[in-house]
Amino acid sequence: MRQFLLFLSVILVGVIFTARLYYLQIHTSNNDSVFDDNAIRKVYDYPKRGFVYDRNGKLLVANQPSYDVMVIPREVVALDTLEFCKLLKIDKARFISQFKKAKKYSWRIPSPLVSHLSKEDYAVLQEKMRKFKGFHIQKRSLRQYETTIGANVLGDIGEVNNRDIAKDDYYKMGDLIGKQGVEKSYEDILRGEKGLKLIQKDRFNRNIGPYKNGKENIIPEQGKDITITIDSELQAYGEWLMQNKRGGIIAIEPSTGEILAMIAAPTYNPNDLVGRKRSKNFNTLIRDSIAKPLFNRSLQGVYNPGSPFKLMNALVALQEDVISTRESISCYDGYKYGNSFMGCHCGGGSRNMVLGIQKSCNAYFATVYRRILDKDNNASKGIDNWSKHVKSFGLGNYLNNDLVVGQKGRIPDRKYYKYAYPREFYSTYTISNAIGQGEVSTTPIQLANMTAAIANRGYYYTPHIIKSIQGKTLPENFTKPKYTTIDKEHFTPVIEGMFQVYNKGTASSLQVKGLEICGKTGTVENYAIIDSVRTQLTDHSIFVAFAPKDNPKIAIAVFVENGYFGSRFAGRIASLMIEKYINRTITRKDLEEWLLTHSLENEYAKPYSGKPFKINRESQYQVIPMEAIIELPNKPDLKL
Amino acid sequence: MRKTDRHFKFDWITIVLFFMLASFGWLNILSASHTGEIIDYFSFTEFYGKQLIFLILSVVLITLILSIDAKFYERFSSIIYFASLLSLIGLFIFGKSINGATSWYDLGGMTLQPSEFAKAATALAVAKYVSDLQTDIKQFKHQIRIFAIIIAPAFLILLQKDAGSTLVYGAFFFVLYREGLPKVYLILGSLLIVLAVLALKFGLLITMIIATVIVFGYYFSLKKKPSFLQPALTLLIALLITFGVRYTYDTLLPFHQKDRITIWLSLEKDAGKLAKMKKEAAYNLLESEKAISSGGFTGKGFMQGTRTTGKFVPEQHTDYIFTTVGEEWGFIGSFAVVLGMILLILRILHLAELQKSQFSRVYGYSVASILFIHFLINIGMVMGLIPTIGIPLPMFSYGGSGLWGFTILIFIFVKLDSNRINEW
Repeated sequence: MRQFLLFLSVILVGVIFTARLYYLQIHTSNNDSVFDDNAIRKVYDYPKRGFVYDRNGKLLVANQPSYDVMVIPREVVALDTLEFCKLLKIDKARFISQFKKAKKYSWRIPSPLVSHLSKEDYAVLQEKMRKFKGFHIQKRSLRQYETTIGANVLGDIGEVNNRDIAKDDYYKMGDLIGKQGVEKSYEDILRGEKGLKLIQKDRFNRNIGPYKNGKENIIPEQGKDITITIDSELQAYGEWLMQNKRGGIIAIEPSTGEILAMIAAPTYNPNDLVGRKRSKNFNTLIRDSIAKPLFNRSLQGVYNPGSPFKLMNALVALQEDVISTRESISCYDGYKYGNSFMGCHCGGGSRNMVLGIQKSCNAYFATVYRRILDKDNNASKGIDNWSKHVKSFGLGNYLNNDLVVGQKGRIPDRKYYKYAYPREFYSTYTISNAIGQGEVSTTPIQLANMTAAIANRGYYYTPHIIKSIQGKTLPENFTKPKYTTIDKEHFTPVIEGMFQVYNKGTASSLQVKGLEICGKTGTVENYAIIDSVRTQLTDHSIFVAFAPKDNPKIAIAVFVENGYFGSRFAGRIASLMIEKYINRTITRKDLEEWLLTHSLENEYAKPYSGKPFKINRESQYQVIPMEAIIELPNKPDLKL
Repeated sequence: MRKTDRHFKFDWITIVLFFMLASFGWLNILSASHTGEIIDYFSFTEFYGKQLIFLILSVVLITLILSIDAKFYERFSSIIYFASLLSLIGLFIFGKSINGATSWYDLGGMTLQPSEFAKAATALAVAKYVSDLQTDIKQFKHQIRIFAIIIAPAFLILLQKDAGSTLVYGAFFFVLYREGLPKVYLILGSLLIVLAVLALKFGLLITMIIATVIVFGYYFSLKKKPSFLQPALTLLIALLITFGVRYTYDTLLPFHQKDRITIWLSLEKDAGKLAKMKKEAAYNLLESEKAISSGGFTGKGFMQGTRTTGKFVPEQHTDYIFTTVGEEWGFIGSFAVVLGMILLILRILHLAELQKSQFSRVYGYSVASILFIHFLINIGMVMGLIPTIGIPLPMFSYGGSGLWGFTILIFIFVKLDSNRINEW
């Protein structure tokens, strides 16, 4: 047996070694990806971020260089913190907290210590940088806005957060990413691909040459430029008119679905969210929970559509053949159903379809709505059918486009009323829907799109913000028309009614010489809860329009919160916007001046004043002198 | 016909394994030691260049060893042994210190490490003495003489502060046990190791309690009880060993060796302190484990190891050469090396058992044991299984003396083995 001792020992050791190798190399192997390997220094090369142009080729967003001081905690050796802080212009507490944050993120991967140094600070610091081991300067590019408008359209870029890093490992701590607007929706195109240089280090952390002779380095790929559909002059004009008001404007080119203007008021200067001042200014903006400047009212503001929605009911009624265009319905200053009564401001009388639209007669549309629902003597089936038609205009759902925010709005069907009316369901229950109140709600962009579909007589293109991408074609979603369920011929009487709104109806004072405009006013009742009491506020002013009547170039929806009746604020703005876009000059300076000098700020302050207040007709305008109005952003650089 | 016959008498399996391991070893030295892009294969300023020259010279050496008559080694074993001892003693006068150990002769640009050759010489001497017809290994008198033959070079090497090479002489235990050394030595040896680990890990008291329980438990389980003196004596020895181990650890051992043991057995209670110790005292081990681990299953490829290229593991071309294998050739390559080493050892072991002459058998056994101890300590240390002990990996580690030492050791046996059929 003696000869087996060595033999068995050898075998045993062989087994133990194999097991240990398995444990080290397979079980716990970190199988060094280049990124975890502390023998390789990673140097990123950030590409130029793509520029943004408006539809007329005007440069809106460019780049400016920026310098970040980065730290790799494991490489840091004792340093003169006081001197370093002085150079960086930060205090010691900030230095310590940033350093702690960096250590928490990673010992090996660079984290930003101070972001966005100015060029002057950079110049001073660069000379002394070699004294501070473990710190280096990373050049990045920041946005340079060539304009002061379109903050809600253009968006901004900011440092990635932990969620972004977790979602996509392309991003490393300190990288910049699109946060809002087109910067966010076209992040992948604008950012390009950052390059990577791998450098072999030795154990004293010295560079000893390129890793694998640079074979695995990645060359940065420049970001692509994009052109957006916005007409920056129209955008600037809209923002200018909307000062001291809250609301949203969307203008669409009906033949393409391109968004010509997207205004959300109040807004801010996009330059405020660049570089070092970004976090401070962003906080100010996001904490303004009353005016909500970061809330894009044109996309996210969900309102009752009011009277413009009557157009929908007219179209559905014609399609369902429940009324002829010639049939007249009498209005007795309202509509009586059961024991209830819905008032009407049209003045009373006999109304056919064109007149009904022109005068915005509630009684006429209540009748029409009930007929649609009661067509087969089954309001449940009727409302589902009605809902289907309305939804084919892009209402009641996300538009599924290239804007990062949006709201569904609401077009109810029978299922929606299941809880309110579990058993019987009659058309009178939902009569408010006839006039765009009640349960229907839409966003300004949905209403603008609806108007575009009417202007096109039966189809629309998904409204979008991208016009072209350098070297790329647009997705089919934006280039293929989407048809509504309404036949083309039914649009003629409705459009005639909209034309008469301008000619003789509720917007007759807003005509533009030489332009055939079709529109529809809207005045929407709205309420707020003040000290747990449901209190009525001044009505929202709404207007939809398109022009010219034949071969339309622009479709627009304007919402002005608490602006009272439709033609007072929204109608005026829509009329001026159309004139500006089609004629490029404004002839009605008085109208423009009226809008600029009339502020609604006092209206918005009322619910917060804690005092009783008056609304609508009894409410007083706040007038500001024309001298206090900042001039329109001038054409060449559109800077306020 | 006779000519070819003579060639086939050599054990080609051993020879092929030797060259496979040696050439793979050289590739790893190349990877671990080259800098820049140009590779000058015969450069005498680069480690890989020198090692290639050593390798070529070793072929000359092999031819020489194989062409000398087999009887020469047996007949001149005593002379070789004493010459070797003399070369070790000479170091005290002419020796040159490298890394704290005075183990080298400086031959003008080249250094020679006699301890690498002393292993073969001692193996010859042990084989000669044990195979002597008058030697009876069961007799204590003869045991003492054999121990003296082994301990003499080991002691000289220890005096020159080369603890690793001293430990190699422990390999002869396997040889002597095979040749009939009483079991008591095996028991005492195992007891020493177990008690040492226990004493270090748990301290004196607990170790002694465990020992008492086991010894008396065994004693009372016996049906026919021997004298009570036996277990008492065993315990006394155990107590002495335990004391000795603690004393050595606490006072005798130099700091760096103490730290190595502390880290190996996690003797430091404070986790933070231990982690700090690992980073400082065991920097090599930490980097070496990381390098091996980073290789993964397939490795990063020849000359592609980032830690090897970055020279993260100190002394990588010598004692830590296995980390290059681990990083660049991964589990597959490392396993191949372990397997190759084991096959070589087992092949020699197998051949040794086939020998008709006791001299050849004992010598072959010594070769296998020495290779085994080197293999065990070097790879075990690099992978963190045993405390850090500086000892080369046969055929792999850089060094002319080491390579030639092993060449001589192995090829004397190849020669002896080829002479098997001529034995009586």
